[in-house]
Amino acid sequence: MMKWAPVLFGLLALGLWEATVRIGEVPVYLLPGPIAIVGAFIADPIGLLQALASTLFVTFAALFVAAVLGATMAIAMSASRLAQAAIQPWAVALQVTPLPAIAPLIIIWVGEPFVALVVCATIVAFFPLFANTSTGLASAPPELNDLFRLYGANRWRTMALLRLPAALPFFLSGLRISGGLALVGAVVAELVAGSGGFASGLAYRILESSFRLEMPRMFAALVLLALAGILINFGLGALGQIILKWRGGT
Amino acid sequence: MLSVTNVGRRFPGGVQALHDVSLSLRESDFVALLGPSGCGKSTLLRLIAGLDQPDSGRLEWNDGPPRSGDIGYVFQDATLLPWATAEDNVFLPLRLRGESRETAMPRVHAALLGVGLAGFEKARPRQLSGGMRMRVSIARALVTQPRLLLMDEPFAALDEFTRHKLQADLLDVWRQAGCTVVFVTHSVYEAAFLAHRIVLMTPRPGRIDREIASSLITGPDTRLDPAYAALVADVSRAMGEALR
Ligand SMILES: Nc1ncnc2c1ncn2[C@@H]1O[C@H](COP(=O)(O)OP(=O)(O)OP(=O)(O)O)[C@@H](O)[C@H]1O
Ligand SMILES: [Mg+2]
Repeated sequence: MMKWAPVLFGLLALGLWEATVRIGEVPVYLLPGPIAIVGAFIADPIGLLQALASTLFVTFAALFVAAVLGATMAIAMSASRLAQAAIQPWAVALQVTPLPAIAPLIIIWVGEPFVALVVCATIVAFFPLFANTSTGLASAPPELNDLFRLYGANRWRTMALLRLPAALPFFLSGLRISGGLALVGAVVAELVAGSGGFASGLAYRILESSFRLEMPRMFAALVLLALAGILINFGLGALGQIILKWRGGT
Repeated sequence: MLSVTNVGRRFPGGVQALHDVSLSLRESDFVALLGPSGCGKSTLLRLIAGLDQPDSGRLEWNDGPPRSGDIGYVFQDATLLPWATAEDNVFLPLRLRGESRETAMPRVHAALLGVGLAGFEKARPRQLSGGMRMRVSIARALVTQPRLLLMDEPFAALDEFTRHKLQADLLDVWRQAGCTVVFVTHSVYEAAFLAHRIVLMTPRPGRIDREIASSLITGPDTRLDPAYAALVADVSRAMGEALR
């Protein structure tokens, strides 16, 4: 019963929604009912799914770049005071800059639309990965660091055998957070780029249908985006758990 | 093996953690450092281990400065690598010296056997009880066959039954290994049970007040032995005087 409660609640809400729209005769350009939305999806499933794939491609490319960059910079920072002093303020500056404000600039500078979108989404996804990995690299108790010193371990061995393994769970939870953010970044960048951009992602479909007042199609694209976000979150969460379980303990 | 002479250590912020501390360690000594919180016991241990440097005074090693593995260190928490098995945790000091797994494993397993953990080689720390984790930690400190074993309140976080068992087992291990042990504790009972040299320390500034020798030969019934009770009384009285 507990397990099915959210599903039942969702179905109930959908039913109410459909009923309200029908009984209240709400015009479809304001709020389409669920059946109309499903209808819009069925009318062009391939077009919408291709758009989803395009957005997801940008999302995962950005997530990958952010993971590599975030982890590398966190490691560089934890290995050297100088690198820390040099990197830290820029990382924070990057984090507090609102993406919609710099996206137009990036799109103009980069030129190539796909790369521009990936750069935008990477900027959003970078910080949690960077910050979490940094925290994780410093998370081993001081006694363990002392122990490594006692046995004469140099900086690189300490990194390989203590700091990196200690950072893994932190990195993985950063990955999960950044997965959702990369999707947000990809969507925002697509919206900013509009028809001048890649013009093939879900966010662009949303813009396009809003111009044409095709509300059911717009909602169908929205639902796909939401589902993608949920799947990314759960998928990355499960991936993290599998990796930690295989590694044996946090 | 080691002479500590007139050592002082002041931390930034002005805490005089150690003041004019002198202590000499001989082969096969079992020394307890006994004193209240903040009297510099851990600081002294870290100086001996080379993890910290004194501001004044000297540490002189009779047979030259210790090399990696000459000193074993056991902390209050087991401080194991949570992702590594018991055997990998014990292997760590050898691994850091560059030894290969194959050549090290017989000694790793012998160390685990020595602390009563045969059969738990593949267990992860979270699958072990607090007492067993501490045993792994002791095995890790002993696997390099150190000349000097430093222990900083290793049993303070354990329940009394487990503590008593580990104390007795530690004495067995020490008799077998023949190394020198410096054991930090703030329990008079523990110091009296384990050590034949009980060094009393007092805080602000951290100093050694006096040393009490014990000729107790510890066995299964020591805790019921009137001589043990008398020693505990002596040490308690001395501690009371020192802190007055
Ligand atoms: N790294 C440090 N920086 C500043 N002060 C320190 C540092 N380490 C220890 N101290 C101070 O030095 C004094 C002695 O500390 P120490 O840890 O040696 O005491 P202790 O006898 O081991 O106490 P406990 O029984 O609580 O472990 C304390 O007042 C402590 O606050
Ligand atoms: Mg201490």
